[in-house]
Amino acid sequence: MIDFFSILLLLAGALFFLAGTVGLLRFPDLYTRLHALTKADNVGLGLMIAGLALQAESLSAAGKLVLIWGLVLLAGASVAYLIARGALLRGVLPWKR
Amino acid sequence: MEAIDIALGLFDLLLVFLLLWLAWLVMSSEDLFKAIVLFVAFGLLMALVWVRLEAPDIALAEAAIGAGLTGALLMAALDRLNAVKPMPAAAVVTSAKREQPSLPSKVLPLVALVLIVLGLGYALLSLPDVADGLVPNVKEQMAQSGVKNPVTAVLLNFRGYDTLLEMVVLLLALLSVWSLGGVRKLSPRNTNPVLASLCRVLVPVLILVSCYLLWVGADAPGGAFQAGSVLGAAGVLLLLSGWHVEQKILLWPLRFILVLGSGVFIIIAAVLFFTQGGLLTYPVAQAGWLILLLESAATLSIGATLAALFFGGIPKSRVDQ
Repeated sequence: MIDFFSILLLLAGALFFLAGTVGLLRFPDLYTRLHALTKADNVGLGLMIAGLALQAESLSAAGKLVLIWGLVLLAGASVAYLIARGALLRGVLPWKR
Repeated sequence: MEAIDIALGLFDLLLVFLLLWLAWLVMSSEDLFKAIVLFVAFGLLMALVWVRLEAPDIALAEAAIGAGLTGALLMAALDRLNAVKPMPAAAVVTSAKREQPSLPSKVLPLVALVLIVLGLGYALLSLPDVADGLVPNVKEQMAQSGVKNPVTAVLLNFRGYDTLLEMVVLLLALLSVWSLGGVRKLSPRNTNPVLASLCRVLVPVLILVSCYLLWVGADAPGGAFQAGSVLGAAGVLLLLSGWHVEQKILLWPLRFILVLGSGVFIIIAAVLFFTQGGLLTYPVAQAGWLILLLESAATLSIGATLAALFFGGIPKSRVDQ
């Protein structure tokens, strides 16, 4: 039962990573690509971590996994902002249809 | 069980090809920025390779130093390069035209490369199929090492002077950077509120992780180099966010921390030489504590050295003015 949920969560996470990668490759400009990357990374990694935490040997191991997710969330969101801001300051214009 | 073996085999193959491909891209990329990003990706994949080879200690070090801090150092160097003066495009073209490679200069490197590949191939093929190496020796002596992690036992006890020399190499690297001149002033950049708040959360966590890695190194993967590089990363983050350091700290206190690792090593080595009759031959009862002491000092020095390397020039202090 636990294995089933793990597999389900991991697959869902992989789907988000796939979507993020496709977005990174296909979206027209830096800002939309950042959007695809961070969205996919945060949710995809969250699902992966949830799936792995179910398999963890101890509560502290699961805690470490969740800590990793928290750190990636924090760093990902901040770095996406910093990159977008840097690009905007250098005059990279957002894509318009 | 077989399906998973095949899957892992395919994964390993993919890893090897990706690694080679990335290495080629890094070498052939004309855009230096792109090359650095690819180099970081290469380092992360290399860390995965170490994980697959069941060497988590090296994987940690590779991810933290090889991918993380080296990437930051290269970026800082590129930033400095761009600031110097970009070569005009015309000059690049003419210098490329002027240097028409002659035939010997094309053939000689090729011959050298072929010789090296043949030599390496011969060395690899002439290795014995199964070799224990020094593993049985290390296992036999583990009880006397004072720690439970064989990697730490080798690095800090059995081959302690290797680590001592590495500390000195790191110090020498910083000295060479400093001797290039370029006194740099700590300039508070236009501090960004998001970066500042990221720092406020991340730096304490990084310090905690560093302490954890240092402590856990006694019986699991971890140790001074991993802990030091995490500490160095915290320093880099602080420097990027316009960290204000008291001027008086930058002269003697900073230099004290920089030489602390090598210094404690040399002092302990000297004391042990006169009391035990050998450099870094710890008495068994005190080995654990001596290793912890050495690693703590080394961690501080490595962290400070890496952050100072990222900073570049000698930090300007009021005394020097």
